[in-house]
Amino acid sequence: MSDITQLRKDFPTLKQTIEGHPLVYLDSGATSQKPQAVIDAVNLFYTKNNANVHRGLHTLSEVATTQYEKVREKLARFLDVNAMECVWTSGATHSINLVAAGLTSQLSTGDVILITALEHHANIVPWQQLAARTGAKLEIISVDEHGVINSDLALAEIQKSKPKVFACSHASNTLGNIQDVQAFVAKAKELGAITLVDGAQAFLHLRPNLRQLDCDFYVLSAHKALGPTGLGVLYGKYELLNALPVYQTGGEMIDTVSFTKTTFRQAPAKFEPGTPNISAVLGFGAALDYLNAINFDALHQYEQGLYQYLIQRLQSIDGIKVYGDLKNNIGTASFTYKNEHHYDLAMLLNSYGVAVRSGHHCTQPLMQTLNLNGTIRVSLAFYNNRCDVDAFISALTNSIELIEG
Amino acid sequence: MTYQEIYTKLEKSPSWQHSYREIMLLGKQLPALPEPLKTEQARVKGCESTVWLHIDLDEQQQHLLLVGDSDTRIVKGLLSIVLALYNGKTPMQALEINAYKEFEKLGLIKHLSPSRGNGIKAIVDTIQQQVSQWA
Repeated sequence: MSDITQLRKDFPTLKQTIEGHPLVYLDSGATSQKPQAVIDAVNLFYTKNNANVHRGLHTLSEVATTQYEKVREKLARFLDVNAMECVWTSGATHSINLVAAGLTSQLSTGDVILITALEHHANIVPWQQLAARTGAKLEIISVDEHGVINSDLALAEIQKSKPKVFACSHASNTLGNIQDVQAFVAKAKELGAITLVDGAQAFLHLRPNLRQLDCDFYVLSAHKALGPTGLGVLYGKYELLNALPVYQTGGEMIDTVSFTKTTFRQAPAKFEPGTPNISAVLGFGAALDYLNAINFDALHQYEQGLYQYLIQRLQSIDGIKVYGDLKNNIGTASFTYKNEHHYDLAMLLNSYGVAVRSGHHCTQPLMQTLNLNGTIRVSLAFYNNRCDVDAFISALTNSIELIEG
Repeated sequence: MTYQEIYTKLEKSPSWQHSYREIMLLGKQLPALPEPLKTEQARVKGCESTVWLHIDLDEQQQHLLLVGDSDTRIVKGLLSIVLALYNGKTPMQALEINAYKEFEKLGLIKHLSPSRGNGIKAIVDTIQQQVSQWA
């Protein structure tokens, strides 16, 4: 895709040197870089339009409120759902916690909460806590020795455990595997489960249509999809969403307050107490505009091509082992080199200006399953190119030489 | 290897690659800690890699005795520099060591700053805390 050279220029952070080398940013799974348009939107809000939303009749407040609510509508169109089904949160972690806390009264002893073995801690611990509160059982769909979920086995596991709650990542943050969530959700719902899909990693790369996916809840983080940090989304089918009890209380989310009784507003307002992250919402609006302006199919194809190139180059190095599903992947490669510690390689890579993530990636149970203490994770985004991959491979072979020399 | 010998080696390092190579060599030369000494209690908290450290005082000689290990090459090498700095010193002498400054003089701070989580700060803090009880 020839436009990539053009698109890449929109990302000011990519135009810098680290340790004397041009930055090679391969850690988009941790957070994506931001295009200038997003930075400008945040900037504009603070330099010109700063005012609180949903309060005040003055012009600035009206403008801020209108713009803020417009982004909710824009997001809803992007996801193909209704705006009132989209709650602004502080991030995907907050979104999952809100749902897990809200389901407390709906679970009782012996009920099953079903998740998978490759979940991020944020999609494990809230469910574990929910299980501890209610007496429910947390059950796990296993992965094979590469870290891949076999869809047939997963469907059988859903059938067998008849979960009350089913939660699964759309794509693994550690390995990049894309799960067959459409089939899993359909099966779990058929058996009466409430379903949640963690889209933190997948959202940017797959642009899911939630009407088709048909899950009850979907969560994401804006900062992993070109937007500012500190903002997330909880999508919920309206009846289920509105049926959840309030999570945090305060201003904005109330209907009437007296010292004896408070009544709350309807979703999404009931889940948005206090002053929201207005600048981040406006920045995320600019991110959605940016994404809408790029042809998704062409971009997806480009990303997949770059990922295949990365895998091919990685596998040509003797001693490298790449984990995960190398066919259905959002563009994340998790690997080890012989018995070398990921820390040493990541430190050396940094000295060549290459930014990767190393460690357990907030998936300790998955690492235990794969019998690893960690991996190096390379996570691509559309603003990466073959030069990035080549620079990374050359830094990697130099680092290996340095270690073994 | 004494700290002075290490200093001489690293001081004239022509490049960061060379420094890293020397550091990893230092790590290789540091004897592995026997498995029974790799206890949870000996683990230094706050390191991204695993570091074990034992600090003892030879009461007769009033000399510090330190042994340690790490599961990564780079941190093990850096640890061996720290051990060379402190081993054989009296608690009073040890308190006067400014390890950060020494690392700066060796040209390692730029590449190995504590904020990168290499845990050197945690190791030095652990030593200083222990030693202050003896001084």
